[in-house]
Amino acid sequence: MPSDFLSNLYVFILAGFVGFEVIKRVSPLLHTPLMSLSNALDAIVVVAAIIIAGMHESKLSFILGLIAVAASFSNMVGGFLITDRMLRMFKTDKPKKS
Amino acid sequence: MNTLVTQQLIDSTYIIAVVGFILALKWLSSPVSAKRGVLVGEIAAGLAVIATVYNPNLVEHKWVIVALIIGAGIGIPLGMVHMTAVPQRTAVSHAFGALSASLIGIAEYYVGTPNISKFGMAEIGLEVIIGCLTFTGSVIAAGKLQEILPQRPITYRGQNIVSLSTLGAALAIMVVLVIHPEDTHLFPVMVAVALLFGVMLVTPIGGADMPTVISLLNSYAGFSAALLGFVLNSKVLVVAGALDGSSGFILSVIMCKAMNRSFTNVMFGAFGQVQASSGAVQEDRTVRSASAEESAAILAAATKVAIVPGYGMAVAQAQHKVRELYDALTKRGVEVRFGIHPVAGRMPGHMNVLLAEADIPYDHLIEMEDMNSDLPQTDVALIIGANDVTNPAARSDKSSPIFGMPILDVDKARTVMVIKRSMNPGFAGIDNPLYYLPQTLMLFGDAKKFVSDIVRELGGHGS
Repeated sequence: MPSDFLSNLYVFILAGFVGFEVIKRVSPLLHTPLMSLSNALDAIVVVAAIIIAGMHESKLSFILGLIAVAASFSNMVGGFLITDRMLRMFKTDKPKKS
Repeated sequence: MNTLVTQQLIDSTYIIAVVGFILALKWLSSPVSAKRGVLVGEIAAGLAVIATVYNPNLVEHKWVIVALIIGAGIGIPLGMVHMTAVPQRTAVSHAFGALSASLIGIAEYYVGTPNISKFGMAEIGLEVIIGCLTFTGSVIAAGKLQEILPQRPITYRGQNIVSLSTLGAALAIMVVLVIHPEDTHLFPVMVAVALLFGVMLVTPIGGADMPTVISLLNSYAGFSAALLGFVLNSKVLVVAGALDGSSGFILSVIMCKAMNRSFTNVMFGAFGQVQASSGAVQEDRTVRSASAEESAAILAAATKVAIVPGYGMAVAQAQHKVRELYDALTKRGVEVRFGIHPVAGRMPGHMNVLLAEADIPYDHLIEMEDMNSDLPQTDVALIIGANDVTNPAARSDKSSPIFGMPILDVDKARTVMVIKRSMNPGFAGIDNPLYYLPQTLMLFGDAKKFVSDIVRELGGHGS
């Protein structure tokens, strides 16, 4: 078993526990923003896509990489944008703008 | 600057990104700190992307930048959709996330192919299978939510066996590839079978189970990104994927609990097409209906009103009229609160977002359990476009398909008013005994129009 695998497994397990503890505390009010935010964070795969495309090791990897860059970056931009829009809508009673 | 230092600087931005991501999720615990959390997440992700472009191993920049611009061009409209369309947007973004994780895995395979270790092959294989099935599954879910595809469950005899065999075939091909890496022609077959399985996984699932399916697909998309992190030995992907995966998983568990269903039941149950048995028995039961004028009088005389919205409110686009009703009643000194069932709407938290969009203060959006302790002291429970989540059969009728599902106990309120188009049973096709109770008044009509008529009767500024 490669040692990289074990160190990644450590990170995965620890991050899974952190995720569980943190997300358990997210208010049910914000479950929709939670999903769009975690989508935006997950879109960090764009960094892997940039590397695959940018290294241009073969024509295929280049093209697949570019599609992956566009797909994941659209998630990052769109995910943050809509999360931000949704959160702006959550207001308390008093400061009413009309 | 030499290459090693640059590489270490880039890696440091990834560490910052990970810290930012965890803080962003942590601050989502309250609407007050959440905006700060999103900002931190944006900065963290932005830093990581910019730093990656400076990776010294990159030889091609121009097209990468073009792809980023195209991505932003697709992302901005997807970020601006109407709140009613958020469930389909979410499914589309699961599809994009899974697509990009699968494509990177496929590219990795073809770049490394004769020299991939057995272990590496297993990682890539699993990653690509999960990515591909999530991609097609999410596309089908988006199609159902957008109502391009039929929302009812599409089933046939022996479906589960066929579906599971398809998944088994994809896994079997992966095992062959691990043992005989020279059989490269099998790789595209594995991809195709995994894509097919994604279609088979979601097609049989009905519209009422969408909140669970969306959450499950979220979880799969996260785990495929984490597996990609294993393939590429990238800790930032492992962490981001694990966070997203656990988020989707927790939401799926919450959704399943709120429907009193198990995972296996959602995935393999194909709900919502039986139930002719419990309904259609007592045709002679009477219902009482009321006009907008009568409803307005009852509401105006109340001191405590609970509004229970469901997806029907969103379909009728009635949330802004509901806001006017809220204003008109609040002005008269009536206390108005909203009871939100966890599975109301088409995705977790959907009702909250729709009502927040209509400017209803979020401290009036009450979770099911808190609402239930308050309903016996409530004068009027007004149900707008919700059905199964208010069905008392879930508490009492053991033969009901939704028996055991936690519901909003609206039948404990002094008066129950239900805005409904007709007596047709709801989405899941289950008869609702609530409508025949002596304290229940049925308000027949379109939700938006009926609410605005009530507002006008109350002297607000209806339609």
